[in-house]
Amino acid sequence: MGAIILMVVGLLGIVYGFLSAPGTPEEAMEIIAASSHEDHGAETHVVKHEEAVTAHHGEEAHEVHATGHDKEHAHHVFSQLQNKPWAALYVAAFFFMMISLGTLAFYAINRAAQAGWSPVLFRVMEGITAYLLPGAVLMIVIWVVANLGDHHLFIWTNKEVVDSDHLLQGKSSYLNMTAFIIRAVVYIGGWVAYRQISRKFSIAQDTAEDDSYFKKNFRASAIFLVFFLVTESMMSWDWIMSVEPHWFSTLFGWYVFASMFVSGITMIAIVTLYLKSKGYLEYVNDSHIHDLGKFMFGISIFWTYLWFSQFMLYWYSNIPEEVGYFVQRIRDYQLPFFGMIALNFLFPLLILMNSDFKRKSWFIIMTGCIILFGHYLDIYNMIMPSTVGDQWFIGIPEIASILFFLGLFILVVFTALTKVPLLAKRNPFIEESKHFHY
Amino acid sequence: MSNKIIQAIYNDDDVLMAAVKKIKAKELHIEEIFTPFPVHGLDKAMGLPHTRIAVAAFIYGCIGLAVASSLMGYIMIADWPQDIGGKPSFSFLTNLPAFVPIMFELTVFFGAHLMVITFYMRSRLWPFKEAENPDVRTTDDHFLMEIAVDNNESELTALLEETGAVEVIVTEKH
Repeated sequence: MGAIILMVVGLLGIVYGFLSAPGTPEEAMEIIAASSHEDHGAETHVVKHEEAVTAHHGEEAHEVHATGHDKEHAHHVFSQLQNKPWAALYVAAFFFMMISLGTLAFYAINRAAQAGWSPVLFRVMEGITAYLLPGAVLMIVIWVVANLGDHHLFIWTNKEVVDSDHLLQGKSSYLNMTAFIIRAVVYIGGWVAYRQISRKFSIAQDTAEDDSYFKKNFRASAIFLVFFLVTESMMSWDWIMSVEPHWFSTLFGWYVFASMFVSGITMIAIVTLYLKSKGYLEYVNDSHIHDLGKFMFGISIFWTYLWFSQFMLYWYSNIPEEVGYFVQRIRDYQLPFFGMIALNFLFPLLILMNSDFKRKSWFIIMTGCIILFGHYLDIYNMIMPSTVGDQWFIGIPEIASILFFLGLFILVVFTALTKVPLLAKRNPFIEESKHFHY
Repeated sequence: MSNKIIQAIYNDDDVLMAAVKKIKAKELHIEEIFTPFPVHGLDKAMGLPHTRIAVAAFIYGCIGLAVASSLMGYIMIADWPQDIGGKPSFSFLTNLPAFVPIMFELTVFFGAHLMVITFYMRSRLWPFKEAENPDVRTTDDHFLMEIAVDNNESELTALLEETGAVEVIVTEKH
């Protein structure tokens, strides 16, 4: 039975991968290449244009460039436009890595809590976390390449900038390329190590005589969660917050965590429903979907709580070096900034409040897609204002980057899903999970 | 039409659940069940209609939100314009972040209190009210099921005893 499921799912996954992956990555790469050529054309044009009319333009964003006369402003816009495809790629790379990481956290919590409802979904979660290694490594590679050479996505990697900035010199023992890469290796190494160990135990438990692998998995998950909560916070400073190296927020780690957690849970629901619609996961009933829906609802509210807690304190205190972060986002990014709150808070609040809606597959899929888009915008709002300033536009580079990483994500996740049976059959809680009924 | 009712007493919630399912399968109407604690799934087994408290809660929350918005709009903007956080805009919308915590709290406050009051009114409960449960043991460790008798006293008694009732009493409704 397991073998049949395995084979059919395998076929499905491969077909699905072939359909989506070769189409999107190549297409995406072509589009990305083409659009950076276009950008070149546009850049020179904009530079000329800017030189002509720049008298009217106020100086933007980066304090380091703020000594503006015309040429410097033109150079600034030029570097922003040069940053744009890199930033687009980085946002998409981070977004899909984050989904996988959020799923890993959810999985570890379920393991550590010895949850009885979720074991039928474990294999789905393990499939999604398979993307963590390629996703995170690819993201770091993009980061390193984007900060080498002339263009600096993260301005603290630019030596000239640091030399002229006293505050950045003070932070340079933490914010430097070598330390950054070492930390990234530690974070990713730790997460992936847990993921592989837990996956190994999980598969070994299928054929085990006793529950020892289950217990080992419990211990590994508890240790991982401690490691994760520290490294996740530091990861958010390194990979996102340092894009604006003068600004800092003490709850930024939690805020990013809420975003990745809700995205991860949403992705679990979407993948589960997809597999279910293809006839697998026969033990997943609408109570499981209902519970995932409740998590989507609850963590969306949690995200809003953290977003607002961060925003309100800065808004209230109105200290220039702190509030500048939000001033820029509200002035230049009005639509994505407020649109994101509508998508990530108001929409799930009103739609997922009804208990019956959370049991309807098409409803969860639709709401899930909107929540995922909302959290893409969330990451977009964290990275873009600091890298491309007011030159933002969701165009071909952004969409192509999303498609590329979506293709890769689907390929990796569904390949991983085909490798083992979709039911963790020897899990001590599997019977409870099969009969889970709310 | 007699006013007689039959009371079956159980001492285990699993036995009670099985009995309820058996009786519902015979298409008999259960008047009421008294339990010392909430029994999960009992309402569904009894075929009670879905609660509408969720709809009421949503409406109460909206009332709370409206009250908070108008309250803050009046006291902070209209009646005595305040300079909030060094931003003298004197507009409701640009000062909204300062009002959000109050709006949230009053939404929860109205939702919670009005829901409790609604529940008490709907269940006809008020302070010093005399308890309605027919047997004091239902506040301790026994479960009591009430079924109206409709010229089928003996069959009903037999059926209830078969379902595992520890006591079956036929009495007048008061």
